[in-house]
Amino acid sequence: MAVDLEKILRPVDNPLKPFEPKYMTLASGETMVIRQIDRDEVADVLPYIEPLQHVERDYYDVVAARVFAELLGYYRYRMQDEYVLVAQIKGELAAVVNGRQVSPDLGMSLHTIALRRGLRIGAHAFAAKMEYHIDVLGHKEVLIVAESPIGFRRWMIEYQLEKRFETSHELGGVPSWALTKELFDRARSTLVVGRRPVPPDLLAQAEAAILPPSDPPTPPADLLAATRSLYDPTATALIAQRNLLGREADRA
Amino acid sequence: MREVYVAGIGITTFTRLEYPLSEIAAYPAMMALKDAGITDVDHLYVANMGSARVNHQTALASAVVDSLSLTPAGAAVVENGPASGASAIKAGFAAVASGMHDVVLVTGAERMREVNNLEATDFIATLTHPLAEYIYGVTLPSHAAMFTRLYMEKYGVTERHLAMVAVKNQNNAMLNEFAHLHQPITIEGILDSPEAMTNNPYVAEPLRFFDACPVSDGGAAVILVSEDVAKTIDRPLVRLAGIGQATDTHAVHEREEPTDLLAVRRAAAQSFEMAGLTPQEVDVAELHDAFTILEIVESEEVGFFPKGEGHIALEKGETALDGSLPINPSGGLKGKGHPVGATGVAQAHEIVAQLRGEAGDRQVEGARVGFTCNFGGFGNNVVCLTFVRED
Repeated sequence: MAVDLEKILRPVDNPLKPFEPKYMTLASGETMVIRQIDRDEVADVLPYIEPLQHVERDYYDVVAARVFAELLGYYRYRMQDEYVLVAQIKGELAAVVNGRQVSPDLGMSLHTIALRRGLRIGAHAFAAKMEYHIDVLGHKEVLIVAESPIGFRRWMIEYQLEKRFETSHELGGVPSWALTKELFDRARSTLVVGRRPVPPDLLAQAEAAILPPSDPPTPPADLLAATRSLYDPTATALIAQRNLLGREADRA
Repeated sequence: MREVYVAGIGITTFTRLEYPLSEIAAYPAMMALKDAGITDVDHLYVANMGSARVNHQTALASAVVDSLSLTPAGAAVVENGPASGASAIKAGFAAVASGMHDVVLVTGAERMREVNNLEATDFIATLTHPLAEYIYGVTLPSHAAMFTRLYMEKYGVTERHLAMVAVKNQNNAMLNEFAHLHQPITIEGILDSPEAMTNNPYVAEPLRFFDACPVSDGGAAVILVSEDVAKTIDRPLVRLAGIGQATDTHAVHEREEPTDLLAVRRAAAQSFEMAGLTPQEVDVAELHDAFTILEIVESEEVGFFPKGEGHIALEKGETALDGSLPINPSGGLKGKGHPVGATGVAQAHEIVAQLRGEAGDRQVEGARVGFTCNFGGFGNNVVCLTFVRED
């Protein structure tokens, strides 16, 4: 008797309630749309995440590598009950957030990655993710960790998350923090923004194509390399800088 | 007293820099030496506020002079809070003007991003009165907020005026390759949209997030020389024509009228008198906008506009890059950044670049007289400089 192994390997089919898109004005005056994408569109996002694995700054490398794996796992049917939201500015990919439903009462926040820095783009996307967990999926709490100091400031401090250190988080098995519905309600008026429905033309622009980020995070340039080389007889710093620039040029 | 000229300038990008503080000080100094075509200096002054506390490094000048291979030149640190930069320039000026030295290098540097924002805020707060202010939790943002509230009530300044300063300076910074913030902002995004309160929350009401300068690392340098040396250098002749410095009470509450920044008023008046110029003759200025309110108030206290009318001039666009008196074309502290010890030197860097006609897309056409105001403490130690293009 033939066995359909792929059917065994795939997660249980368990459709999650959809996230209704929303939009907001950023400090720059630009309009950002946050919407849910399905598997088909994940393939459009992966190429923009991959280069960030080489950005050794603010833990972009770690976060990008894990986001890439999680999105690929979702795309290839290897993640149970995962969802992906994207933030777009004029179609351009500005942020990606994802998470997972562990049970009807519990959400697992996976990652938030901003492809354009500043303007609270990542923070707005994270808030949308929490809105999805608490308001749409009805989770009583969401388990969260931060991989960077920026994330710690944005989630643990701004939302005043509760410790759930007795529970290991799916990301690296580290102690978890939790956003409860009560904490979310407290943060709602100050941290959670966005308007619905998204005007049709705006939504159509976002759905038409996920465009590449115009100003993605890049590896930190060694601004002082030339100077350092003057009193660095081995010229190590200068060589490192040239290698870096070469890598940038290759990527371009 | 001899005339003193600026022969060379240099600056780092203002951002988070992953280098030892002594390198952050040395890099702009090397740029300035190259700019001036000078290889030897008589004396080095290093402006810095927090190396001992923030970076666990003391005697910074000894490290920098050696990094630059300028030994056995004399070297000393000048620490005068956020006014360290212009104070070091003043020391350099005195050394050249007195005839003691012919070539003095002044470099300012700070590496504040080595600590987190809370520690950085606490570090800056140590400049307040230790018994009357600091022990009660006063920080510079809270000082500025109380000052702003008083100013709003007395002179009609609104949050919209503050936002206009933020937008102007952050957009100017877009034209400055060395600036910390390269993000345009709009009034809609930070004040008028439904999301504005989240985009731009109150930090210390009525001051919001975009009313405060960023915490930056960075360095800037100038080389001051005698007239004889200046004439041998193939660079535009910019003279440091006026210097003023004044102080006020350490504790702000002891001031008779807290909305008056008397040290700014007195330092500016001294500087203009020494230069033989008036505020109305200034073509371009860099004011110390650590908080947006300070640009407005300083523009009045230095004499550019009548007291209480700085915000009206702002409304009319007079302080914009294309206005009658552009203020903070570099982006100011708000947009360019504020590595405290470097700031006063960076202000001088910008003005010299402007007077030389080397400021690129943010060039103020035909600028021949420039002015800086470096504001220490909460207005208790202020240094103002006036520069003149001579050739």
